[in-house]
Amino acid sequence: MSKEIALEMRKVSKYFGDLAANRDVDLTVYKGEILAVLGENGCGKTTLMNMIAGIYFPDAGNIFINGKEVVIRSPKDAFAHGVGMIHQHFKLVDLFTAAENVVLGIKGEGRYRKKTINERVQAIADRYGFHLDPQKKIYEMSVSEKQTVEIIKVLYRGADLLILDEPTAVLTPQETEKLFAVLRRMRDDGKSILIITHKLHEVLSVSDRVAVLRKGEHIATVETATTTSEELTEMMVGKKVELNIERPEPKNTCDRLVVKNLNLSDVEGVQILNNVSFEARAGEILGIAGIAGSGQRELLEAIAGLQHLSTGEILYHNPKTDKVEDLKNKTPLQIRELGVRLSFVPEDRLGMGLVGNMDIVDNMMLRSYRRGHSMFVDRKKPRDLAERIIKDLEVATPSSHTPVRRLSGGNVQKVLVGREIAASPTVLMAAYPVRGLDINSSYTIYNLLTEQKERGVAVIFVGEDLDVLVELCDRILVVCGGRVTGVVDGRTTTKEEIGILMTAHGQASENKAQEDETDA
Amino acid sequence: MHNPDKKTREPLFHIVKRDRISLRKSLLIRVVATVSAMLLCTLLAYVLIGEKATPAKFLSQFFQGVFGTSRRTWIFGRDTAMLLCLALAITPAFRMRFWNLGADGQALIGALASVFCMFFLGGRIPNGLLLVISLAASVVAGAVWALLPAIFKALWGTNESLFTLMMNYIATNLVMFSITKWFYPGKDSMKEMEHGHLPQVLNEYLLVILIVLALTTLMFIYLYHTKQGYEISVVGESENTARYVGINVGKVTVRTLLLSGAICGLMGFLQVSAFDHSVTAQSIGGLGFTAIMVSWLAKFNPFIMIGTAGLIAFLQRGGQQISTAFDVNDAIPNIFIGIILFFIIGCEFFINYQIKFRASQRSKGGSAK
Amino acid sequence: MNMLLTYLLCAVSLGMTFLYGSTGEIITEKVGHLNLGTPGVMCVGGMCGCFAIDIFRDMLPPVLLVTVAILACFLGGSLMGLIYSFLTVSLHTNQNVTGLAMTIFGAGLSKYGMYNLTKELLDGGATGSEAQTSFLDATKYFRYPFANNEKLQYCGVMFFLAILIALVAAWILKRTRLGLHLRAVGENPATADAMGINVTAYKYGATCIGCGIAALGGLYYAMDYAGTAGAYKDIEALGWLSIALVIFALWRPQLSIIGSTLFGLLYVASAYLPTLFGWKLPQHATYLFEMLPYVVTILVLIVTSLRKKRENQPPASLGLSYFREER
Repeated sequence: MSKEIALEMRKVSKYFGDLAANRDVDLTVYKGEILAVLGENGCGKTTLMNMIAGIYFPDAGNIFINGKEVVIRSPKDAFAHGVGMIHQHFKLVDLFTAAENVVLGIKGEGRYRKKTINERVQAIADRYGFHLDPQKKIYEMSVSEKQTVEIIKVLYRGADLLILDEPTAVLTPQETEKLFAVLRRMRDDGKSILIITHKLHEVLSVSDRVAVLRKGEHIATVETATTTSEELTEMMVGKKVELNIERPEPKNTCDRLVVKNLNLSDVEGVQILNNVSFEARAGEILGIAGIAGSGQRELLEAIAGLQHLSTGEILYHNPKTDKVEDLKNKTPLQIRELGVRLSFVPEDRLGMGLVGNMDIVDNMMLRSYRRGHSMFVDRKKPRDLAERIIKDLEVATPSSHTPVRRLSGGNVQKVLVGREIAASPTVLMAAYPVRGLDINSSYTIYNLLTEQKERGVAVIFVGEDLDVLVELCDRILVVCGGRVTGVVDGRTTTKEEIGILMTAHGQASENKAQEDETDA
Repeated sequence: MHNPDKKTREPLFHIVKRDRISLRKSLLIRVVATVSAMLLCTLLAYVLIGEKATPAKFLSQFFQGVFGTSRRTWIFGRDTAMLLCLALAITPAFRMRFWNLGADGQALIGALASVFCMFFLGGRIPNGLLLVISLAASVVAGAVWALLPAIFKALWGTNESLFTLMMNYIATNLVMFSITKWFYPGKDSMKEMEHGHLPQVLNEYLLVILIVLALTTLMFIYLYHTKQGYEISVVGESENTARYVGINVGKVTVRTLLLSGAICGLMGFLQVSAFDHSVTAQSIGGLGFTAIMVSWLAKFNPFIMIGTAGLIAFLQRGGQQISTAFDVNDAIPNIFIGIILFFIIGCEFFINYQIKFRASQRSKGGSAK
Repeated sequence: MNMLLTYLLCAVSLGMTFLYGSTGEIITEKVGHLNLGTPGVMCVGGMCGCFAIDIFRDMLPPVLLVTVAILACFLGGSLMGLIYSFLTVSLHTNQNVTGLAMTIFGAGLSKYGMYNLTKELLDGGATGSEAQTSFLDATKYFRYPFANNEKLQYCGVMFFLAILIALVAAWILKRTRLGLHLRAVGENPATADAMGINVTAYKYGATCIGCGIAALGGLYYAMDYAGTAGAYKDIEALGWLSIALVIFALWRPQLSIIGSTLFGLLYVASAYLPTLFGWKLPQHATYLFEMLPYVVTILVLIVTSLRKKRENQPPASLGLSYFREER
């Protein structure tokens, strides 16, 4: 195997204020290989890749491509050097078609013909075995289709070095396998592929070599074939960690929240939830699995009183009075007035759960400011609560008067979860509570959820990492396209089983895709 | 080979967002901006007006116009107070990101309501009662004028800035209609009315100034220490969060705009009962726009608004003196206000961001090791 | 019938003022910048054009004089656009506040300038009236080729220029790569940036050109439509209506042609409708008529807010400033 160097980074550093995002990082990528860049959230993987892609400019260090030193000031420069990046948050214009997105930013004759570009895009899709309609608008697409557009976009530009930032975070296991097959095909085509991830099993299954980053520094690069997940974890975290989530047997379970035949449509009349029924029991964790955008968010919001349902029932069994209340189409305020202690950790932490520009104390007040008959707000109790949460959950913050947007992702989440738990809920809903968190913070959150479960709270956990779901949850509800496609026992199920349920509505296309793979 | 000439390859400077800035430094930046804008105005006046407006003369006339006589100082106080009053009125709306560009119209319709009461009831009922009725009418009229856009915003998210703006022109035309129909048929302006004058304390200005100062304190308490004020902040920062914690965004919008419009109406009442005793289409004269600047520059903090309102009133009064002293068009204060605003708005950049030049950025990288 | 025709022509030609303003504003909004400074820009544009005419009226032949005036006006508007884009693009200032400051500044500057210009023309005694005639002569050149046709007199060069610019702008936005990039910047600047589009350059370019086009509306109104020395006083109100028109036109210049005509019909309604229908209206009633364009604008705003179709929404990043290294 000839080892020609495609990209080399020498002593590259990048600082944000006083924070070193990357410090003296060395990295080498060969032609025709898949290099995994492994590291925890916040270790600087994305920053490092952004410097190759021209989004950030390094504060120090040199970058060589094909042996020549290069300066990458902008994404345009990166494309000129054959570097293309597929960002975790897709960089697509929702209102444009797939083909329009692909040709965006390319110089060419002033007037463009839609027909020509559609054909060209189709040609690339066919070559690598993607399924894509070039004339479909992005806002009508599923997540994996959007990702396909992203990949075609960089291929269209003739990229030889592809960077993929957490490409599997939003995919089902089956879609992930499909993606990996495409990546291998591109590798065999002579392209270099950098894949950013924090999932060990993916690293082991797809990559040729692994580069491990920790706290902005390059720890080591090893051959995938000669390493183990234990070794990688230790390099990644810096110490040995126990990667097992404790899962005590549920005790004294009883129905707490019974959801029957929920139907919900959005403004444009598209059905988001279709006859959803399930029950959440006190004393257990109910996981919800599904491809992003299958209605998970809307489901939780509907229970929390933030969506207007067309039909269905949400029955809450009050443990104190033994009464049954229907929460359907009640406002959050009415739900609270019924004595329902419902806590909700939404997906969008700073856009919904907290107010970024307010300090921790004022954020504590969000849930409780109405208390009392006085027209003035009482900041004393929220201050005490803030201090308690900062101490108990070890929130790293200068003071309780720091605006929460200045805190790191993990600390923001601790503040939010802490506040929601402080209300001593009987139902606790959490949507993607560990997204973007490092391993330690993630485990803090898992432990908090388990602790709540042991206290007899009905916990509903929407997750994207199937490994975690099968380790943490007692039962798992799988949704697909707004329907419930199955409820499985967390202790006996497998990821593959869940994966099939996640795409249950598209059995036919699934089979076809698998055939394609066997062909290749 | 790996040390080519770096100077040609790195960007000259790059921009970094600041985490925090000391109060002293941020004040310094603002003062520098204001002073340099003032110098530019001086220069511009020399160019526009000609040789008679030498910088020394210009500046002395400028200050003369504001503080030259005790009457002028009082007028300066009055202008500050009226501007502040309007700024206070729009602040609750702006804190919830409701772009109320209609303060002009809301105040004007308030003034019109007062004039209506005074014109038709004046002399028939005691002055005290007349004032109370006029005040109530103004407040209600202003509130209604703000209520309309608020309702549609709450229901369908109708663009409020253009809606409120259009309401200004409707108010203007209503005033003209009323003047020509009832107050002084056939003419564009009306005579001063004899009834419904606000009692004077010391002079015609002091009472109004005191009222506005009291209002400033009340508004501060309302915004920072009441539950309603807290709700306004939450809605302004994030509507999703507001919905999430069970705040009825539509209700808060309507309630806040009722308050905002009511205070605009109050301003119109003060203008009529204390100073004008009549109404014209220009009674408020675009103060609604400048009030937005006052409020925004003060970061929507009522006490800081005293300062920013003072600054704008200072420019207005000084500029007017320039136009009389050098016999030029009375639009000149607006040019000065515009320039100063550009500078102060622009200087926010240097408060929020930091420019790092090549050299300093390097040494930063070195020191952080 | 004759009256109706005059009314229509008058409305259509006034509409061109709105068309310039709204086309300019659409181009600016397409890159994500809500420019509330457009009324100020139009005022300044009108002023620059008039000054150019005053300076060159005896030196240049009519064709060149008109060209120079248009260029000066465009340049003046672009300069205002440059100030605006420097503040909002480079210094990341709040667009609404910056725009309002622009309008305060622009309206003040043009009132000052135009007052001095017209005062000079009016107060100069015998020579002054000569100067005034020679100044107002210029309107004839603007109204070419229909200057002597009483009905078509407003349909001069700038009338056709307005329609041409709107159509060209619509074509560029919809059919060309330039337009595609422009729209991408306004929809999602981070994406456009990642795709190698120079976001800053596009924002500056579109804002300056947009302001230049809007400015022409001021000159058209002053020199062609109104053709009087005091016309500058109305431009600000027309500017605000132009901004409202953008929403009505769904950010499409070709639709703005229809919208402009409609606004024109409403704006001059008080002068024509009563005669047309043979009503005898007292003076105060005309003020009620003058409310019409504003009332209808409000209705339009309400109706448009009821439509929720994806393609008819404002550019997604409208009003937000873009900073690449935002974390």
